[in-house]
Amino acid sequence: MSATTADGVRVARRERRRELYRAILRSRTFLVGAGVVGFWVLDALLWRVIVPQDPQAITASETLKAPSTAHWFGTDNVGRDVFSRVLAGAAAVLTVAPLATLLGVTGGIAVGLVAGYYRGIVDDVVSRLIDALLSFPLIIIAVLVLASLGRDTRNVILVIAVIFIPIVGRTVRSAVLVEREREYVAAARLRGERGPYIMVAEILPNITGPILVETTIRLGYAIFTAATLSFFGLGLQPPSPDWGLTIASQRAFLQVAWWTVVFPALALATLVVGVNLLADGLRQVVEE
Amino acid sequence: MGRFILRRIGLTLVTLVIVSMTVFAAAQLLPGDLGRTILGPYATKAQVDALNHELGADQPLPVRYWNWASDFARGDWGTSPVQNVEVRPYVLGRFKNSLILAAFAFVLIVPLSITFGVVAALNYGKALDRCITITGLSVIALPEFVMGVFLIVVFAVQLGWFPDISQVPGTNPVDWFRQLLLPALPLMFVLFGYVSRMARAGTVDALQSDYARTAVLKGLPRRTVVRRHVLRNALLPTITVVAVQIGYLVGGLVVVESLFSYPGIGQLILTAATGHDLPTLEAAVLLIALVYTVANLLADVLYAVLNPRVRLAST
Repeated sequence: MSATTADGVRVARRERRRELYRAILRSRTFLVGAGVVGFWVLDALLWRVIVPQDPQAITASETLKAPSTAHWFGTDNVGRDVFSRVLAGAAAVLTVAPLATLLGVTGGIAVGLVAGYYRGIVDDVVSRLIDALLSFPLIIIAVLVLASLGRDTRNVILVIAVIFIPIVGRTVRSAVLVEREREYVAAARLRGERGPYIMVAEILPNITGPILVETTIRLGYAIFTAATLSFFGLGLQPPSPDWGLTIASQRAFLQVAWWTVVFPALALATLVVGVNLLADGLRQVVEE
Repeated sequence: MGRFILRRIGLTLVTLVIVSMTVFAAAQLLPGDLGRTILGPYATKAQVDALNHELGADQPLPVRYWNWASDFARGDWGTSPVQNVEVRPYVLGRFKNSLILAAFAFVLIVPLSITFGVVAALNYGKALDRCITITGLSVIALPEFVMGVFLIVVFAVQLGWFPDISQVPGTNPVDWFRQLLLPALPLMFVLFGYVSRMARAGTVDALQSDYARTAVLKGLPRRTVVRRHVLRNALLPTITVVAVQIGYLVGGLVVVESLFSYPGIGQLILTAATGHDLPTLEAAVLLIALVYTVANLLADVLYAVLNPRVRLAST
């Protein structure tokens, strides 16, 4: 009897999830976003195969050449092919941003579950800490931490992740606050299940919607922040083809060679817009 | 009411103490020995130790924090070992420049964003609404430095209308626009995105409320309903958003100031952090935190004064 009920619940849950996937795939906003992001992900994985020229190859006779058939996006101040560097630059930001998001969301889920489920003093302390962390411009925290811990990719990932934890934690907490009053949680408690089990096995599967939406939104911000930090020279170091870094280092030649800056900026813009469309499509579907 | 404000002031002080500790701790993590930095590599170990003792750099961390925090509160912000100037006038001067830029962006865009948000809500679901909403969403899709780069390319390099390096403007209003419009635009885009969205959401909620319906049903003309009943309630949440945006503005200032080489506090924080100028960095960040928390405090109090429901719920 209890086995069939559990099976029934599982089937219903699977059915609901499948319905959600179908709705997501019908959303045009989501599909356009997925197309753009998919393009850059493929490029980040395959750039070594598809770049027409070595993105690091310096040619002294070919500096700051305008776009032509030989160099589609022109060349930069040391004669490197801008098109190849734009293609190669996606890998950097698409490593940092997803890793930071993953870490931040995982931490945020843990914080939000504990604060929302236990309430009381745990919730108070966590919420105050969240407020204190959130009361500061993100970029200043990042600049401060990176200047003291040293500028490398690992620190950029960690800084973004740590800043995301309270933000995600707040979203998860408010979702948990609603779920913990539901009957299935009371039932699990009556069965004698322990807190950690209820949080992870009962509540977590029921709040995947908001978590998914929050994750895509965070991914957009992570790309944003990572790019800004490398623009400041606090992330990847030269000669990395990273877009933010390229924009910063080629800015000086803007007057004579706009193409060195505009193409990496366009690449970054399409990626950010793509992720935002993805997030918007997801949110519309989940909220319906 | 008094109790509510006192409570909020107390919480603000706690936040400030936490922030100042964090700033101090983070700055102490920066590698390097103070005495060694000042005396250089040829000084003996004894000389370095003596100087560290004289400066108090060999005392335990809590003592040093207390000395620094109490000096700061008394107005002694120390001297910058890198720039060799007194920190307080240096930081405050830069802060004033930033204030000019931020105020310029704020004054131009906030009334405009609120108007557009309200207009969008009054045309809910129509083409005009969609137009404003999409504009609001697309202007916040790009990082400020990317927008700034595009602006420089088009308006400074190609058209030559504006300088690509912005200076603090003189008294001439034309000069204000010439120097400040380009760096202010990325900030204005972001502000427009958030503020217009909040104003629209607030107005839509108020339009659908019972009191708005009652006002319509008792035969008031639409214009009176909007002005007397809807707007008053709709703009409440917008106040909070505008105050929270002050925090954002500071982050945005770091970006546009370094992009346009504008001598403000954002650029100062960046150069102080990368150049290991600790006293300047600590003072600048703490000043920002002060402004930010006070702005939030004022927004909360204002919100409570204007909306009695919040006041009752929180006491």
